[in-house]
Amino acid sequence: MELVKEKPFGKMQQALGVNPKDARLSLTYFTVSFIALLIGGFLGLFQGLNRAGLMELPTWFDYYQTLTTHGILLVLVFTTTFVIGYFYAGISHTMGGLLPKVRKFGWTAFGLLVIGVVFVATTVAMGNASVMYTFYPPMQATPLFYIGLVFLVVGIWIAAFGVFINVANWRRNHKGQHIPLLSFFATGVFVLLVLGSIGVTIEVLMLIPWSLGWTETINVMLSRTLFWSFGHTLVNIWYLTAISAWYVAVPKIIGGKLFSDAITRLVVILLVILNIPGGFHHQIVDPGITEGWKFIHVFMSLSIGFPSMMTAFAMFAVFERAGRRKGAKGLLDWFKKLPWGDVRFLAPFIAMVAFIPAGAGGIAQTNNQLNQVVHNSLWIVGHFHLTLGVTVALTFFGITYWLIPYLSKRKLTPKINKLGIIQTIIWTIGMTFMSGAMHLVGLLGSPRRTSYTTYGDNATALSWDPYLIFLAVGGTFLIVGVVLMVYIVVNLMFFAPKGNTEFPIGEPEADVLSTPKWTERWGTIIILLILIVAMGYVMPLTDILNVPGSPPFRTW
Amino acid sequence: MKLHRAEEIWLIIGIGIIALSMVITGYQAFAQGMAPPSGMETIDPQKVDQTTPFDNPGIFEIGENEYEVVMILQAFSFTPNEIEVPVGSTVHFTMTSRDVVHGFQVAGTNINAMVTPGHIQKISQTFDKPGEYLVLCNEYCGVGHQMMSTTITVK
Ligand code: HEM
Ligand SMILES: [Cu+2]
Ligand SMILES: [Cu+2]
Repeated sequence: MELVKEKPFGKMQQALGVNPKDARLSLTYFTVSFIALLIGGFLGLFQGLNRAGLMELPTWFDYYQTLTTHGILLVLVFTTTFVIGYFYAGISHTMGGLLPKVRKFGWTAFGLLVIGVVFVATTVAMGNASVMYTFYPPMQATPLFYIGLVFLVVGIWIAAFGVFINVANWRRNHKGQHIPLLSFFATGVFVLLVLGSIGVTIEVLMLIPWSLGWTETINVMLSRTLFWSFGHTLVNIWYLTAISAWYVAVPKIIGGKLFSDAITRLVVILLVILNIPGGFHHQIVDPGITEGWKFIHVFMSLSIGFPSMMTAFAMFAVFERAGRRKGAKGLLDWFKKLPWGDVRFLAPFIAMVAFIPAGAGGIAQTNNQLNQVVHNSLWIVGHFHLTLGVTVALTFFGITYWLIPYLSKRKLTPKINKLGIIQTIIWTIGMTFMSGAMHLVGLLGSPRRTSYTTYGDNATALSWDPYLIFLAVGGTFLIVGVVLMVYIVVNLMFFAPKGNTEFPIGEPEADVLSTPKWTERWGTIIILLILIVAMGYVMPLTDILNVPGSPPFRTW
Repeated sequence: MKLHRAEEIWLIIGIGIIALSMVITGYQAFAQGMAPPSGMETIDPQKVDQTTPFDNPGIFEIGENEYEVVMILQAFSFTPNEIEVPVGSTVHFTMTSRDVVHGFQVAGTNINAMVTPGHIQKISQTFDKPGEYLVLCNEYCGVGHQMMSTTITVK
């Protein structure tokens, strides 16, 4: 980046490659991320085998402990540590190194996250918190579980403030310039993380005194609503992270140019502003929310579709232009010119393709009446293994192939590239089987979060079994994919040949129009976000503020 | 910031899809009465047994081919269970939970509702086809969640 040279940041500045101290921080995050994937993957396999009736889980680690751990490891740990590691590296790269203070923030956040995960994982493993990653009251876990969650949230906030400090500092030193695009994504992501986690923090702060016995009852509906204001935001955080690589890195990898700096920033802003009230689509068949509000919230959820359509257009435009630059002629020749043998492209490409059915399914199921058909069935689990398990996970894997060697000062060899291609294909096959089976059997009524059962040899339930076998087949492919991926990560971290790897940052087209100044006005963006949250939440919350409370239960 | 012509068309299609699904969903919800279950009444979850109508759960004929089922969900069963109704009857379920969050789903129908302690949830369905319908809890509610089921027989 040419920006790096303009205003030196002092000693952190390095002409080539990454500051080793920043690299160590990000690599440490990635280590945790892939350990979570490895353990979580095996637990997923056990669930798949159990649901197909092929494997019984031991009483000392039953299906629901397994599922709680799988959910937490993959939804929270894998994704969050990846997002932080990736954006800290991205900021370090595009802003000329992390400030020493910010690096400390990064490490403090890491320490808190690890403490949080240890608390949460231990309580679940000991059988004191089989409450799923959603921990809906009035099921009550041991207080240590909720205290672990507080560590996680505080860790995330500290990581976020590190980002804000670094960005603010850069802006002070680069008056009148736009922050680099990747750092712009990072700012959006961490703004969402902080604002989106306020709801769940309030929830947890009500759950802790309740779990300690200081308060007698808890408001169940309020807790659920606060939870989903966060749970849903998390989804868009992954999404925003994934598309940051699509917009910024992929064009460079395929030898193309950025789509449009201005439109990209507009997409980020739209996703940040519109996202949080989407949480209501997890509560479409809940009591306590009126039909009218549920309808208004259909709009809130669907509006996310708009920036997604912009992204779909942008990606294919970038591909076509890159192909034509390489001499493609005719209508579809450019498609052949794409670097199919390069895993850094193939993995995110399949991630994008998966988002077409995944997004369509999402649009369908957010429409109230259709949601009623699939809510809490395995369809939903199929949906988020497509979105999270393919679109997000494969993009993250795609990032791994260049970011880890960039950080570890090594090179992706042709052999590992090939292994990566095989990994990508196995993952795609596995998820197609598993998610396909989940979608179909969900339509027939098979519920999620339910260990193997025939409901007393009920004919309807027995008719689901053939689909569940395919679920297990998919899971078996996937575990091969998990092991391959972890092998690749270990190779890229420690064994690949030494060398310099590029951090791919796409460059603008030559004739580009300048980006409007208002895209930098984060204050306004945050105010708009808060206004939309207020519009979406204030009225529904008043309806559920005074629901009679529930005493705790331990039903496992 | 300038959009391409093709992008404009593409995004107008996008807006069209969003608008169309809003119209269909709104029409079904408000003109055809198909809105998702949204019971607004509250109840003290610690006094379910003393609160009408849950002090007397069961199946009640309230009109010609019309029934009300007053149901309590608890870990890990439905009260009443093994419900029987004649073909063509419309059944109004009025439900609450005595303990944790449960889900009420009838496979092969569009009955699907969360039943949370503190609220009274309502959902209705007309059973036009005879048969034995599987009723199950679709929200994790504890170790016995996979056993929480019953049937509705329509004949
Ligand atoms: C080896 C690969 C994997 C397999 C075999 C697998 C399998 C499964 C199965 C069978 C379920 C539970 C179904 C149920 O009873 O509700 C499940 C739940 C889930 N999986 Fe996976 N999965 C895998 C990878 C992933 C990945 C990579 C992610 C995310 C990045 C993920 C996220 C989740 C989540 C969030 C749940 C829901 C947990 C809950 O309902 O509380 N899984 N998975
Ligand atoms: Cu959501
Ligand atoms: Cu249940």
